Amino acid sequence: MRGIYKSFPGVRALQGVDFTLCEGEIHALMGENGAGKSTLIKVLTGVYEKDEGEIYLKGSEKPAVIKSPQDAQNLGISTVYQEITLCPNLTVAENMYIGRGKAQITNWKKMNADAGRILENLGIPAKANQQLSDCSIAIQQMVAIARAVDMDCKVLILDEPTSSLDESEVEKLFGLMRDLRARGVGIIFVTHFLDQVYEVCDKITVLRDGQLVGEYVIEDLPRVKLVAKMLGKELNDMEEIKDENQVYTGEEELVIEAEGLQSDAGIKPFDFVIKKGEVNGFTGLLGSGRSECVRALFCADKIIAGKVKKKGKPVKMTKPLDAMKNGIAYLPEDRKIDGIVGDLSVRENLILAAQVLRGFFKPFSRAEANKFADEYIKLLEIKTASADTPIKSLSGGNQQKVILARWLLTHPEYLILDEPTRGIDIGTKIEIQKLVLKLASEGMSVTFISSETDEMLRTCSRLIVMRDRKVVGELSGEDLTQSKVMETIAGGEM
Amino acid sequence: MTGKKSIGTENKFADLFRRQIFIPIAALLLLALFNLVVDPSFFKITLGHNSVGDPVLTGYLMTILDYGSEVAILAIGMTLVTAASGGQDISVGAAVAIAGSVILRVLVGLGGDGTLQAPILVGFLAACVVAMLFGAFNGVLVAIFRIQPMVATLILYTAGRSIAAWINNNELPIITDKGFTVFGGFIPGIPIPTPFFLAVLCVVIALLVLKFTNLGLYTQAVGINSSSSRLNGLNPTFIKWLSFVILGLCVAVVGLIKTSRLSTINYSVIAKDIEMDAILAVALGGNVLSGGKFNIMASILGAYVIQFLTTTLYKFNVSSDALPAYKAVVVIMLVVISAPTVKEKLGAWGRSLKKQKGAA
Repeated sequence: MRGIYKSFPGVRALQGVDFTLCEGEIHALMGENGAGKSTLIKVLTGVYEKDEGEIYLKGSEKPAVIKSPQDAQNLGISTVYQEITLCPNLTVAENMYIGRGKAQITNWKKMNADAGRILENLGIPAKANQQLSDCSIAIQQMVAIARAVDMDCKVLILDEPTSSLDESEVEKLFGLMRDLRARGVGIIFVTHFLDQVYEVCDKITVLRDGQLVGEYVIEDLPRVKLVAKMLGKELNDMEEIKDENQVYTGEEELVIEAEGLQSDAGIKPFDFVIKKGEVNGFTGLLGSGRSECVRALFCADKIIAGKVKKKGKPVKMTKPLDAMKNGIAYLPEDRKIDGIVGDLSVRENLILAAQVLRGFFKPFSRAEANKFADEYIKLLEIKTASADTPIKSLSGGNQQKVILARWLLTHPEYLILDEPTRGIDIGTKIEIQKLVLKLASEGMSVTFISSETDEMLRTCSRLIVMRDRKVVGELSGEDLTQSKVMETIAGGEM
Repeated sequence: MTGKKSIGTENKFADLFRRQIFIPIAALLLLALFNLVVDPSFFKITLGHNSVGDPVLTGYLMTILDYGSEVAILAIGMTLVTAASGGQDISVGAAVAIAGSVILRVLVGLGGDGTLQAPILVGFLAACVVAMLFGAFNGVLVAIFRIQPMVATLILYTAGRSIAAWINNNELPIITDKGFTVFGGFIPGIPIPTPFFLAVLCVVIALLVLKFTNLGLYTQAVGINSSSSRLNGLNPTFIKWLSFVILGLCVAVVGLIKTSRLSTINYSVIAKDIEMDAILAVALGGNVLSGGKFNIMASILGAYVIQFLTTTLYKFNVSSDALPAYKAVVVIMLVVISAPTVKEKLGAWGRSLKKQKGAA
């Protein structure tokens, strides 16, 4: 790809970016949110049309014409996107063959058999005739990869494929990637996990603010330098945060207490307390019930048993609004489905929760709404063309900041953050972690959930460990180490 | 953000195409232009006197104002239903028949001599209650039982006219009181048809409600992402339900206008196919039919555009049987133009045009 330009209303997403991918290599594409990674990939796959620039494929002097995803597919360029783009109400096999214009889709038996074989080869634990929505997010992601792999691709693009996979699944994926590399497939790998880059990639291309920073062989670019390149500044921030060892020293006032709380989402009853100004976290493998616990605290799922007390007084809560009225805020795990209201503007998204709390008959005036929007856009450094921009056209990290701002605007006493840093860049991650600690020091209680244990260790002073939808342990103080957490998650078998 | 300002000025032309209200305005101008070229007498308005000697304005434009207002009133409710539920209510024609029937039943009763047995206001309020109840019924099916809106409202679409006939025991009560003709005719001394004033009143109320409550924000949020709305403390079920109840209120007003025009009712013909015009008005207004963002004024304008089209076709002596076919052709054109992909292309075209101009 040579000299690619692409603009959106109000934003120049790409400014003359070059990118080269060789046969049989795994090439990491790195950059902060809004650096232009996703845009570059969408240009390559024909989702967006480029404004300027050319794309050349192997063995051809003429620029390739890629005007639609179909063109890209025909040229052997396959993509697995960050957000799963399959059809949840079709079967796994149908999802793998749909839109391929071949006869497979009409020959059900053969299709299911073929799909079954591929799944088996890749070691994906799903049945061909299973409905996709019955699979976990991780498996859905792997089906998407299986689909791409089966299409005989020469170029495979993986946009944040690992953000919802647990460690063993990631390992499996990496095995698959190495296998494909050996077969001569060029892989573009977009991720925010630095470890994974160093584990599997050969080269790194770094983008920043829509511009090319450089292309590097992995050995020449140590981790600290990579981060510095992505951020465009020398990085002490990360160290700074790491040095703080979290020990809860605040007051003893209990903000929220739950006893035998249970929701209909299939978790065992659990007890929970959080003190004023404390940061705690739920940890455990994917599907261990961490999200379900915090959802129960926010009444996002139907509560079937248990009592909740706020500052020692029993409160009756049955729906999210009750929880909000009791000063609880919840940033959900799935930003796209449960967080953003896509077509509404940044401003409307930002004031939504505060507005609902204020009441149906008391809309904020335009001036008030603008004031809030401007204040939080500045405070959280949200990158948006204006407050009127639809939130869906923002990058993932900036969408997340808007949702965070939405809840901060309600001035909660207890803030629940479920995977707030998933799929967002390292700079924003650190910003969010810092913000959490700052809020806690100001007296807000925070529950923080993250798939990255070191992130949790850095921010939380107490970890609640979950296994198989049950609370199995609690760690604090000296016990807050990576190995201890792993041990508790794994249980006695280790 | 250096690009922001230059894009702002450069894209004004493209912005015009993207503006939601652009489509109905363009359609209106196009229709007006067509009539102006073919036969300028279309725009002639004459001041005459009706049978009771009151001054009235007549002409095609007055017909549009008169009948377009019925669709406009329904379009208000239909826009909200569309935005909140992502579907449409196809039972409004039948519901208008029910509302009209209730008015007649309350005002003259069975076997009456045509004199008023109750104040008109009481009849109207009864119609409001009944129409809102039927709206609530549709709302329950859609919001609680999660039935596709078109399928859910198919029930009332099928049964509504029979229910309307049953309310009056299949009789056709006639109101002889002249006072009742005001709502579908003229207020003595004012030469503009009353339905237009009723439509203005409804629009003003709707706009005030949207300004002084969060109905707009809540409806759009629920229509775009109901799961996220719930986690922000909204009750999507209630808001969807509410939109159907509000549409019921609009139905009652149209029921009043319709029965007032005839001073009686024809169960199988009254407000026939008006639901299609109301849905078209919403579509013409550029509102997404799968729910989400909406613009009431664009729908209202869309309603009058549709009546403009109907009246134009009638003027050219298109028989009422052939009318839908002609209408369909025009509607296809309008809807295609307002489709997002076409709009994007038009916008890009506008930009390149501007660029060429700049270069020259």
